[in-house]
Amino acid sequence: MPKPPKTSISLRRRLSNLLALGGITLATAIVVVPLILIIGTVAYHGIAGLNWAFFTNMPKPPGETGGGMANALVGSGMILMIASAIGIPMGIGTGIFLAEYGRNAYGDVVRFTADVLNGVPSIVIGLTAWALVVVAQGHFSAFSGGIALGIMMVPTVSRTTEEVLLMVPQSVREAALGLGIPQWRTTLSVVVRTAMSGIVTGIMLAFARIAGETAPLMFTAFGNQFWNTSFKEPVAAVPLQIYVYAISPFDEWHRLAWTGAFVLILLIAGAMILFRFATSRGVMRETT
Amino acid sequence: MQTPLRLKIGKQPEQGPGQKDVSERGIKKLAVISRRPTSPSEGWLADATFRGLVIACAVSLLVIVALILIQLMRQSAASRGSFGLKFLTTSIWNPVTGKFGAAPFIYGTLVSSFLGLLIAVPLSLGTALFLTELCPPFFRRILGTTVELLAAIPSVIYGLWGLFVLAPVLRLYLEPWLQKSLGWTGLFSGPPLGVGMLAAGIILAIMILPIVASVTREVILAVPRQQREAVLALGATRWEMLRMGVLRNARVGIVGAVILGLGRAIGETMAVTMVIGNSPQISKSLFAPGNTLASVVALEFSEASDDLHLSSLIEVALVLFVITLIVNALARLLVWSVTRGQPSRTLA
Repeated sequence: MPKPPKTSISLRRRLSNLLALGGITLATAIVVVPLILIIGTVAYHGIAGLNWAFFTNMPKPPGETGGGMANALVGSGMILMIASAIGIPMGIGTGIFLAEYGRNAYGDVVRFTADVLNGVPSIVIGLTAWALVVVAQGHFSAFSGGIALGIMMVPTVSRTTEEVLLMVPQSVREAALGLGIPQWRTTLSVVVRTAMSGIVTGIMLAFARIAGETAPLMFTAFGNQFWNTSFKEPVAAVPLQIYVYAISPFDEWHRLAWTGAFVLILLIAGAMILFRFATSRGVMRETT
Repeated sequence: MQTPLRLKIGKQPEQGPGQKDVSERGIKKLAVISRRPTSPSEGWLADATFRGLVIACAVSLLVIVALILIQLMRQSAASRGSFGLKFLTTSIWNPVTGKFGAAPFIYGTLVSSFLGLLIAVPLSLGTALFLTELCPPFFRRILGTTVELLAAIPSVIYGLWGLFVLAPVLRLYLEPWLQKSLGWTGLFSGPPLGVGMLAAGIILAIMILPIVASVTREVILAVPRQQREAVLALGATRWEMLRMGVLRNARVGIVGAVILGLGRAIGETMAVTMVIGNSPQISKSLFAPGNTLASVVALEFSEASDDLHLSSLIEVALVLFVITLIVNALARLLVWSVTRGQPSRTLA
């Protein structure tokens, strides 16, 4: 950028320029600090408590050492499975609607609703799942937790899907249709496939967001001290367990909470890297 | 007609007797790419089914939002019936005597959120400007990812950190210092507990930074380059260029980003529950423990035994839902008015 000649600028303007630019840089530095602090503390405490027992043992009563989160890991897996089974197809479907059929007022309504749903507090969604599923069935369950988290995935997946589908050149659609391929086939096999890596990025973002969600699970999946693999029963989940352990007065449980937090961050980061790797062969460039 | 060129799409679709119409249909589709074919051809049923399916997905999104509202209304009927509008202004919350009023939680939500905004807005504005205007290109990607990483950390981990790291630091260092130097304002009185409004505000600030920064960045990027060049050509310094050429043009969108952050802060649950101290009281001091709409639901819902208590908690959630609905709708409209309705990156 061309710099204006220095002599023409008064001292006051030069000073305020310097101050403002300095302030902007300083603000950025201040933003980066908490991230390093948080990751650093979690890693520091987490690595200290990391051992096999954490992954293979069940929770132990306070006072006993060597407890783990085996049941919570399995429970989280179950809940996330249900959530993905609901959230991913619905999100992609909505995204296809928005990009291929929704370039009009109807689309705007859906788009706006997706954005609004994205801003609904997770605890409110949890309460809704409680009212719809738990009250109706009469008991807490992994299933209801999955529904709550699945709903939370939809807005993120659908808006990202829309965004990447719109990046697929119109000529690709025209070429496919021109060859006599039906529209649904064009959309699914040509357009969606071309945009796949971008869609997966969206799924990954949504997944990372719900994997650590605690609030909606408090009255749906509820938590469980025991081993459970039934979708109809309450299950433990890692974030829920971290919360319970963190607010407890026991040192041993605090240690487990830190380790749980570390493992949770690792799992989220791992899932992100895995998704990236799996989609790096995609046709499209990354959309981030 | 010759065999058409094969696209690499796995199986080739069946070419039935309708093959003659292929080019004709293709041309029709070019005109109205997203409409159903006007004349029924062999793919009509499949197309209609597919279209129906994706429309069903989109409609179910509307249904979900409607269901949230309906369920919250239904389940809170008992509480709304017995307290009416006074629920919003009563500051007594006593499960034992069965008196419920949400005023302390509304107060707590507003104070902690505004405190969060107060800290987060200047910082995220600075970060967004740095990322778009000042940052050397090689550094931009790393920094951008770093800020987005902040958004990927689960709420409960912020809470854990707030409880075991931030709160002790506040109790031992920051709060005594604030009390000594600014105690006369009345905002920093009472025993420094560590947990309380101030801790909640700081945690919220860290948590909403990424969303405010990334939406602001998006809005700033939407400001045309010519605006910057014009201001520079008039002899402005770099800061004057940012102030007059960028910030002034992006101000509506930036306000939208801030309101979006406010929406996040209002609805944030776990981290706040863990550091706010949980006490249904209204106190001027920021050191005092409080409670927010979201945190009281998280804390008491699974332990609430009688129906009125449950119903009141659900009404608290209803209030929360309505507030976030308004705040988010407002924010989106503002952001859309700047980015012209283009799909904004919905960050986690």
